[in-house]
Amino acid sequence: MTINPRLYPLLATIGIFVVGYAICYLQFPAMLSTRVIGNLLTDNAYLGIVAVGMTVVILSGGIDLSVGAVIAFSGVFIAVLLRDTGLHPIVVFALLLVLTSAFGAAMGWLIHALAMPAFIVTLAGMFLARGAAYMLTIESVAINHPFIVTLQNAYWLMPGRGRLTLIGILMLLAVVAGVLIAHRTRFGASVFAIGGGEQTARLMGVDIGRTTILIYAFSGLMAGLSGIVFAIYTGSGYPLATVGVELTAIAAVVIGGTLLTGGAGYVVGTLFGVLTMGLIQTYIVFDGTLSSWWTRIVIGLLLLAFILLQRGLLKLTAFGDARA
Amino acid sequence: MLLSIRSLSKSFPGTKALQGVDFDLAAGEVHGLLGENGAGKSTLIKCLTGAYRRDGGEMFLQGHSINPTSTAEAQTLGIGTVYQEVNLLPNMTVAQNLTFGSEPRRFGLVDARMQSRKAREILAPYGIGIDVDRDLGAYPVAIRQIVAIARAVELSGKVLILDEPTASLDAAEVRLLFSIVGRLRDEGLGIIFVSHFLNQVFELCDRVTVLRNGRKIVTAETAQLDRLRLISHMLGRELEEAERHDRGASGQNAERREPMIRFEGLGRAGMIEPFDLSVERGEVIGLAGLLGSGRTETAQLMFGVRSAGSGTTEDAQGRVAHGSPREAIAAGFGFAPEERKADGIAAELSVRENIILALQARRGWMSRIPRAEQERLAAHYIEKLDIRTSDAEKAIGDLSGGNQQKVVLARWLAMNPRFLILDEPTRGIDVGAHAEILRLIHEITAEGMSILVISSELDELVAVCDRVIVLRDRRHVAELVGEDVSTDAIVRAIAKPDAAKVVEPA
Repeated sequence: MTINPRLYPLLATIGIFVVGYAICYLQFPAMLSTRVIGNLLTDNAYLGIVAVGMTVVILSGGIDLSVGAVIAFSGVFIAVLLRDTGLHPIVVFALLLVLTSAFGAAMGWLIHALAMPAFIVTLAGMFLARGAAYMLTIESVAINHPFIVTLQNAYWLMPGRGRLTLIGILMLLAVVAGVLIAHRTRFGASVFAIGGGEQTARLMGVDIGRTTILIYAFSGLMAGLSGIVFAIYTGSGYPLATVGVELTAIAAVVIGGTLLTGGAGYVVGTLFGVLTMGLIQTYIVFDGTLSSWWTRIVIGLLLLAFILLQRGLLKLTAFGDARA
Repeated sequence: MLLSIRSLSKSFPGTKALQGVDFDLAAGEVHGLLGENGAGKSTLIKCLTGAYRRDGGEMFLQGHSINPTSTAEAQTLGIGTVYQEVNLLPNMTVAQNLTFGSEPRRFGLVDARMQSRKAREILAPYGIGIDVDRDLGAYPVAIRQIVAIARAVELSGKVLILDEPTASLDAAEVRLLFSIVGRLRDEGLGIIFVSHFLNQVFELCDRVTVLRNGRKIVTAETAQLDRLRLISHMLGRELEEAERHDRGASGQNAERREPMIRFEGLGRAGMIEPFDLSVERGEVIGLAGLLGSGRTETAQLMFGVRSAGSGTTEDAQGRVAHGSPREAIAAGFGFAPEERKADGIAAELSVRENIILALQARRGWMSRIPRAEQERLAAHYIEKLDIRTSDAEKAIGDLSGGNQQKVVLARWLAMNPRFLILDEPTRGIDVGAHAEILRLIHEITAEGMSILVISSELDELVAVCDRVIVLRDRRHVAELVGEDVSTDAIVRAIAKPDAAKVVEPA
């Protein structure tokens, strides 16, 4: 049984993660423990969740620059509402998710109805969300609601004393949901179809408008969920938080093997993209002498390598286009 | 009748694309739809598939009046279409493409195993053993084409429209496709086959309908139709009509010409078969042939727009490199492409800027042409070519089509090329400007420049050319020289089924 060429980028991503982890282990044997793995999941939970939404957007050939600002807005929204009203956190979370999904849907509608590039519309969305966060407060607001504290301390003790926290579990659930939605539903098929070619997708019967709105609503939902996780993780809301996270998420998606131009990729690859980036950070912490800037340099190199890999694979696998 | 169309009409601003067209398709027949550019073939098909709404007339499918408003609706009614550019998704698997929109599901989720099985079942009668879990893009165009047909038949199952399905296939692939089309016909589908390849039309179709200028010219059994008749229907040319054109100054000095550039064995697989062509100083060569016969492809190879797969080019000094437009320009070639609006002019730039565009590009952006020199050049060509513009700074987009074409001509004349290729130089311009362009072609060659003209207007070729090369099915099949150049001879050469040359080049 030969390997289907469409799996190559995914296998490359997983391969890089495994090799990277092996290198880390050889240098610091302590890194192969459930503690490190638990922390890897917890520390990158918010990034993983938002990257799942970003994967779906990028698969459709779009981009969502608003998510970093939406996460910051979410944190501030939760903190301020818990401070100023008597609402239960669950109610606040529900309100927030409705709000961010609607925000995403509105951007999707604009992108479709005005035939505007997603880049511009979500850039405007980024400023709007960041501005809205500032309107709520300009300083960091601590969250000390007892329910949130409970969530912060909720974990499952893995063998080897590693803690799989609630937010880590949430991230894994988000990935599972993303995998099913992208690869096992008609909506997912429509997303890939639009990423492959909007005109063709329309000819094949895809409702472009509805799908576009749903794509950005999903990304908004994931950004809201990521905001909740980030608020639980940091225990505060701060309007200046998570600046540039949208770009980190895009990097994770690309390192995860998804084609930046859309139409090809795997949601599970994004998980490995996020974990690979987390791994580099963990390595730097273990080493202790390296500057944290090295994280960015290595991520930059990885991105470059993946873009080159995808170019090469496209050349290898695309048949006949050379003579068309 | 499976499908009946009665007095179908469709207009666009400025043109009547279809006027009272009747068309009948029986179950179990392959019906060829023929016509040159602008004849109305694609408008007819788009009305049928719901891409356009018709202005008047009626369409009946199995006796019921139909009025599709979208491709999806036409599909549900039973009308499926396969285009030359395959309208499937190369980034998804064959199975996903075949089952798109009707994926088998379990518990609300797509069942990938069932999906693959269903895809294999759909493909089974087509006899292509491919892995349905691979990306469609991993397979050659012919296989994609067959997958597209399989999907269209699966979804529609009554009428199958094949729009230029063989345009990018090689001979063996065409065989495969034809055997499939033959089988579908025997199963009772009505198939509409649009193609420029007359051989294929004669081989495959039971009947043909010819459209010209939005009107139906004829519907006939293929067996009772001869090639010559068919082509004169398509080109709208009565053969009895004898045309005598004054061959003018260009014909008289034929003996004194010296060869300038020799193309030998120039060709590229899938585009044009290798051809030889010797261009002489100061001559006008015409390329004639039906749409898709390889005229533009010939020009593209000469100018390096597409790189040639084979062949050498020589002049008196030795080898000439023209593998890219840059090299071709350096070798003294010029090319005014067919799509003037898209490829020829920069609409927002002024007449002056458009004229100096190519000259500046050759000098490189570092050495700017001095403004005074630019203005001198612009003034010179505006006068010489009689470009009607209020001044040289007017945006070219505001000029009429004929004057835009003159500016494009001026741009290449400013380069002072030795060999200029004009692809459809008179398309879309009015009659007066038309005559002027032809006069200019004569004047230019009197100064020693050689010109290659591609045109669908046979009159135009006869009026202006010293020599006409006739193309058919991507081959140079005949060469007509001097007195032999007539519309009658050109039509005969296009129609002749054998590739024998009418006149051997001297």
